[in-house]
Amino acid sequence: MSFANALRCRECNREYPLDPIYVCEFCFGPLEVVYDYAAMRKAVSRESIERGPASVWRYADLLPCDADAAVDIQAGFTPLIKAERLGEELGLRHLYLKNDCVNPTWSFKDRVVAVAATKAREFGFKTLACASTGNLANSVAAHAARAGMEAIVFIPSDLEQGKITGSSVYDATLIAVDGSYDDVNRLCSELTGQYPWAFVNVNVRPYYAEGSKTLGYEVAEQLGWRAPDHCIVPLASGSLYVKIWKGLQELVKLGLIDSVHTKMSGVQAAGCSPIISAWDSGTRNIRPVQPRTIAKSLAIGNPADGFYALEVMAESGGSGLAVSDEEVVEGIRLLARTEGIFAETAGGVVCSGLKRLAAAGRVDRDEVVVAFITGAGLKTQEAVMDTLTPPLQIEPTIASFEKAFGERSVVEARPAAGSAS
Amino acid sequence: MPVTVRIPTPLRKLTNDQDSVTANDGGTLAQLIDSLEEQHPGLKERICDETGELRRFVNVYVNGEDVRFLSGLETLIEADAEVSIVPAVAGGC
Repeated sequence: MSFANALRCRECNREYPLDPIYVCEFCFGPLEVVYDYAAMRKAVSRESIERGPASVWRYADLLPCDADAAVDIQAGFTPLIKAERLGEELGLRHLYLKNDCVNPTWSFKDRVVAVAATKAREFGFKTLACASTGNLANSVAAHAARAGMEAIVFIPSDLEQGKITGSSVYDATLIAVDGSYDDVNRLCSELTGQYPWAFVNVNVRPYYAEGSKTLGYEVAEQLGWRAPDHCIVPLASGSLYVKIWKGLQELVKLGLIDSVHTKMSGVQAAGCSPIISAWDSGTRNIRPVQPRTIAKSLAIGNPADGFYALEVMAESGGSGLAVSDEEVVEGIRLLARTEGIFAETAGGVVCSGLKRLAAAGRVDRDEVVVAFITGAGLKTQEAVMDTLTPPLQIEPTIASFEKAFGERSVVEARPAAGSAS
Repeated sequence: MPVTVRIPTPLRKLTNDQDSVTANDGGTLAQLIDSLEEQHPGLKERICDETGELRRFVNVYVNGEDVRFLSGLETLIEADAEVSIVPAVAGGC
């Protein structure tokens, strides 16, 4: 059962019932789910969670919806991988990768949409909608299909082909908006008041965002019920980053882990880094930007949770950093080459960001570090395609093979660790 | 020419459930907000904080452009402009 009992404004603390609403009527502050933690604490234990399904629903008691009626495509409980080779390359002894590429629609968005779709159906909505940079649209389309709901997803018109196909295959209605993600988001915010749809990241956002807490829960459980020393998280709106932190804090509140001493570091692409710019200038006032980066999944120029992300960065003692588009590509290739994980552009941002933080000594070599790889690379092939070695073209003969293979060995020695950067 | 101002759901209790209202053009956004306040008392304090600045979680768009990319509260509101008041906390991941 759910222990959620109200919504509360993060700014002025006014309380509201558990309705499909997302901002405080008085100050426009974001509404957040309030739980009865005392009752929750009695209901959950490490053992009860460990007995649960291998998905986000093992944490159903910590989420704001009824798991018995879940819209379930088996989101979450993804592998936490010890990254020996990447760790060695970056000089980190205890580096782990949270591989959220392997979710049902190949990104962490399945976590948030699992909760949002379940809650939307609970509210009686027949249509799921969203403003998306691609990954969210994929997940909304898939969950709607599973639930027998209609999906209407709004995306910027310049998205990667993989992210378009990855939505339309589920028979969703795709609306490609001539504008940036921020334009799409503004439009959806206005449409929310006009149409009786559940926009997962607008009117059901308080519930939706809670799904990201499961990344914090899982990492702690997979480390043997302890919080990591350092998390490296990609920043778009900042919500994921804030909710991982919240997830870890809740585990302490529930007596499931002893303490949280985790430094939360956030990374953006330099072509869209409003949160990092504010961090570097020591202000909490985020100046929106017009995004120009290949990391389209992070291209939010007006980040809704940027303010709270800056608070977590300061409170946790983490760092913020932005990387160039060249580094995004290098990061994707570094991760692929060392760990066999093909991530989308956000993973390249994380990997290169981690490399820079480690080189600068802002991540210590003895820390238990978790890097969050939030989406799969087949969705953004355009980002790396032109930098990769093309196949050797040969005739079906041994002679042709040996000629081409031999020439390759002479011309291009096998890439050694570090040579791609 | 009057200006159309689109009102978000959280403020519609102050506008008799109307999703858009009209106001006079020709002044700045700050003056527009003052004239809205005369027609719909209480609206201004929802949009602006104690110092008179736009609240952190309120976005205002003039013809689709975020006023923070224009001149903020000093942005001129011309005839036929469409002004949207939109909660900032939406979207993203």
